[in-house]
Amino acid sequence: MAKKLSILIVDDEESVRDSLYNWFIEDGYRVECAENAKKALTLLESDQFDIILADIKMPGMDGLEMLRRIKSIKPDSIVIVMTAFATVDTAVKALKDGAYDYVTKPFDPDDLTHLIRNATRQISLEDENENLRKKVITLENVEDLIGSSEAMKDLLREVESVAQTNSSVILTGESGTGKELVARAIHANSPRRFFPFVSVHCGALTESLLESELFGHEKGAFTGAMYNRKGRFEMADNGSIFLDEIATISSKMQVELLRVLESKTFIRVGGNKEMSSDFRVICATNKDLKSMVEQGTFREDLFYRLNVVNIHIPPLRDRVADIPLLVDYFIKKYCTSMNKPPAAIDVSALKRLQEFNYPGNIRELENMIERAIVVGDGKRITLKDLPLEKTIVNSSTESLDDFERAFIFQILQKYSWNISRAAKALKVDRVTLYHKIRKYDLKPLDQ
Amino acid sequence: MSLPNITLISFGFFEQDFLEQIAKAVQTEFGLPVNVREGHIDLGEYYDPARSQYNANTLINVIDSMKFPESVKILGLFNVDLFIPILTYIFGQAYLSGKSGIASTYRLNNERYGMSQNEQLLLERTKKEVIHELGHTFGLIHCDNPICVMRSSTYLEDVDQKKQNLCHRCQEKLKNE
Repeated sequence: MAKKLSILIVDDEESVRDSLYNWFIEDGYRVECAENAKKALTLLESDQFDIILADIKMPGMDGLEMLRRIKSIKPDSIVIVMTAFATVDTAVKALKDGAYDYVTKPFDPDDLTHLIRNATRQISLEDENENLRKKVITLENVEDLIGSSEAMKDLLREVESVAQTNSSVILTGESGTGKELVARAIHANSPRRFFPFVSVHCGALTESLLESELFGHEKGAFTGAMYNRKGRFEMADNGSIFLDEIATISSKMQVELLRVLESKTFIRVGGNKEMSSDFRVICATNKDLKSMVEQGTFREDLFYRLNVVNIHIPPLRDRVADIPLLVDYFIKKYCTSMNKPPAAIDVSALKRLQEFNYPGNIRELENMIERAIVVGDGKRITLKDLPLEKTIVNSSTESLDDFERAFIFQILQKYSWNISRAAKALKVDRVTLYHKIRKYDLKPLDQ
Repeated sequence: MSLPNITLISFGFFEQDFLEQIAKAVQTEFGLPVNVREGHIDLGEYYDPARSQYNANTLINVIDSMKFPESVKILGLFNVDLFIPILTYIFGQAYLSGKSGIASTYRLNNERYGMSQNEQLLLERTKKEVIHELGHTFGLIHCDNPICVMRSSTYLEDVDQKKQNLCHRCQEKLKNE
């Protein structure tokens, strides 16, 4: 028995209570007894029982009244009523009041076994149903948003708060930071979670294709349109639509999109019937839309329509503390998908991963781990499995000082802050290196 | 001073060889010597005329009150129809992790179901029922393994399906008790 089920026996006859008690403990159940309904209800206030086996005829409150009270407090309780005086009327009454079953005393041992087995099966099905429901709800939730850094905690707080609203959201952040995952998390936490999440990669489609993709088309609208086809806005009815790379859409599409967002209505390409859809829009871009508005390449009215809430997703280099968690997550993910036991990672390899700058962000880290699992021995990821040697410094460094600082830091980390070896690698003397360390206020990563 | 043992006490007529074979099977399963005794009580006191059966709850209390200082467990064997108030009949019952248990051959006998007498089958079934109830006194609960002697049996077919031995899992539990 996976879970030790509990049974409450309610009967005024001691011999019945004792008999059932002994019968059920031999089956491994947790059993409690009560000699009347009042005591049973008191027990139920402080304890939970999977199955309640209750006599109908008891002094004071009878079993049917107790059944009604239990059902009004906990409607999904499994209550089996027993009686020595079986009448069709009382049986029907008990079942109408929500009893799971009805048995006449004394009963056949096999009937009792079957009765409890069926009730147990129902409980396990309900538990399974509940677990699956929870799993569906959390499927795209925090499970995929890995991290415990302050930046990540802030992001999760923002996601949680914005999810409950119906406002348009713009997600900004560098390529590979996980904008679509954040969009999915917003949808999965929103009241729209039981309806579709529809994703459109605007940058991957030409203007005419995007129009047909978003609004749908009627049969014969253009060459190759052999059937009527629903557009993404229609598919996202009651759910959310995620428009990735929104900055790439043409001026014409910007006008169309603005109109749809304002009216929530559209016409399929080649059609003449106005369609409506209730969707929430979430956009993403790695461009600075505000600058594009200033430059006149993105419509100001559309920008304000979309930019009700802006969530910025930090690049991976700003959440170094999350790297071990992400590495662990990707190792498990790829080992599972490749049917391998979970691999370990060398401390030195993990340290190097934390020093890396990741211009491609989480996507780049994910690819590195996938590659390491493919090329490695499958048991332990070491430095040689990681393609880190070629990239030296952060691509976002902007000045010569920034570059020098990052380069010196990288070399120091590489030689574990051994000043002599680092100075030798940098082809400077130790005094110069000390001077640079002071100038740039460099410190080892783990300090 | 005698070694700790199990007492198998019979009420009613049983062949000596029948009882000894049961005792041997019990000894093999629990690793303790078995003392076979004859009990004498007036079963009429435990008879329920309304049900034409014998009350197993009161009978087990009689067994439980018996004192055999060297016995760690006592099993009363009867040949009458046993009941407990809530059930129409039982093959036997025991105190979980307690000292005593009872079993009856009455519903294990082929003749009871209109079939011809089969002494060997009755012996096998009784061994299983006695070992099953003693298993409860050693703290074992019902087992999911269909051939383990601790499998719950409410019909003769269930009794016949299982073996007279504890499965490995129950043996392990027994060691830890």
